[in-house]
Amino acid sequence: MDLYQQNILDYYKHPRKSGEVAGATHHCKTSNPLCGDNVELWLKLDGNKIVKAGWQGEGCVLSQAASDMLSEYLEGKTILEIKNIDKNVLLKMVGVELGPNRLKCALLPLDALREAIK
Amino acid sequence: MLKNNIKSQFPLLDSPENKNLAFLDNAASTQKHESVLKAMDDFYRGSYANIHRGVYRLAEAATAAYENARVTIAQFINAGEEAEIIFTRNTTNSLNMVASSICQQFAPGDEILLTEIEHHANLVPWQQAAKHYQLKLKFIPVTSEGRLDLSNISDLCNNKTKVVAVSAMSNVLGTITELEPIISAAHKVGAVVVVDAAQAVPHTPIDVKKLDCDFLTFSAHKMFGPSGIGVLYGKRSLLEALEPFEFGGGMISEVTWNSSTWADIPEKFEAGTPPIAEAVGLAKAAEFIQSVGWDNFLSHEAELTNYGLTELTKISGLHLFGPSDAKNRGPVFAFTLDGVHPHDLASVLDENNIAVRSGHHCAMPLHRKFELLATTRASCTIYNTKEDIDRLVEGIKKAQKLFC
Repeated sequence: MDLYQQNILDYYKHPRKSGEVAGATHHCKTSNPLCGDNVELWLKLDGNKIVKAGWQGEGCVLSQAASDMLSEYLEGKTILEIKNIDKNVLLKMVGVELGPNRLKCALLPLDALREAIK
Repeated sequence: MLKNNIKSQFPLLDSPENKNLAFLDNAASTQKHESVLKAMDDFYRGSYANIHRGVYRLAEAATAAYENARVTIAQFINAGEEAEIIFTRNTTNSLNMVASSICQQFAPGDEILLTEIEHHANLVPWQQAAKHYQLKLKFIPVTSEGRLDLSNISDLCNNKTKVVAVSAMSNVLGTITELEPIISAAHKVGAVVVVDAAQAVPHTPIDVKKLDCDFLTFSAHKMFGPSGIGVLYGKRSLLEALEPFEFGGGMISEVTWNSSTWADIPEKFEAGTPPIAEAVGLAKAAEFIQSVGWDNFLSHEAELTNYGLTELTKISGLHLFGPSDAKNRGPVFAFTLDGVHPHDLASVLDENNIAVRSGHHCAMPLHRKFELLATTRASCTIYNTKEDIDRLVEGIKKAQKLFC
């Protein structure tokens, strides 16, 4: 039982950053056509700095927990810092080894982020 | 239930690594029977050569093996003659071939009638052809119970209807289609009937003469045979009237620099080197099914269907997708579980050595109609046991404990 560690379940059951961000300056919704999971991400920037991040979505524990972790991580960062964000940053936060099919679940919010700040 | 242990005849399921595996993803693909693997191995080791070309003994032996497979498959579905059996890559390939070719004969505004239970394989090729030839798609609706609603069939099938393409069994709901009224309504207006039997073929005997369908398709890999080969059955007169789908070696009669004429059926539709060893494997798979006997298949699967429906519907928070009675229904169980996403359930089940599928199972519009993003699907076949279903139930309860 390695996949569903307490940390991931905790983010899933008690998300810190769920919900739309009022006055968001950047926004994107992405979905995984293979499983139907979707994530919508909102960012509010003040100058170059992300002052607030939030998300909303439907999907599995991994995609939803990863969205929350990513949103938490984003707050306080500058656009420059996250412009070329590597997938390993998110995978490290998720912290479990994933097969190719489940990798897509965890990386779904990253697609939303990349689109949003394009 | 079957007395002999059929599972032990499937090397993958019998291997030490997979002894405790409950393999419940048979609607996606089945494991391979020992006789299939042996026949293909023997063929590659002992009689392999390209077919229909050489005059040396090996080429003759390979040609005979390939053509004998055609005879076996013709008998398996009771085709009028073996020339009506075209070997393709799979069901999807067969359906693309028919859709792209037959629609050339239609006029803008003509209609193609499908059903709401179709797998993407029997939907997207028709969408593409409809776009290309300005045809209209219509759908036989599915009821909230998960059965086809045939009450309007005489309106849906009208003199504009040219093709009725229908699945013989739903890969999600497990329902077995009542083909007879659909086929007779189609023929009344002169429409051609294409049956997608990919799901049905390992669950129920198929007799194309009795059905009187015009085309029928299936894949070897869903009936204990190899991947890489499928079948397109067509009535001789229709196959003869159809333009070939692919061009090249083996499908021609005479070739000049600027034009060619076509070979007779079935070669007209088998351009290039076909899946030869796979044909040998497919024939063995059909022989395996016949050796078990349809009576045994039907009674074993009816028991699994009844048991699965009873045990799964006992779980609180589990919502079965499709009819809850076993009538005209196979042992395919798609469901949702309150508070547990299908992907997560499938992962937990995998950790407990139970293989199921999660997602929309290539039936996105059907899921959307029922307002579902995804379901978890457990699908059984002849080698599954009640114990496999018990393990599934246990695994579902573990997931509920973890997430809810």
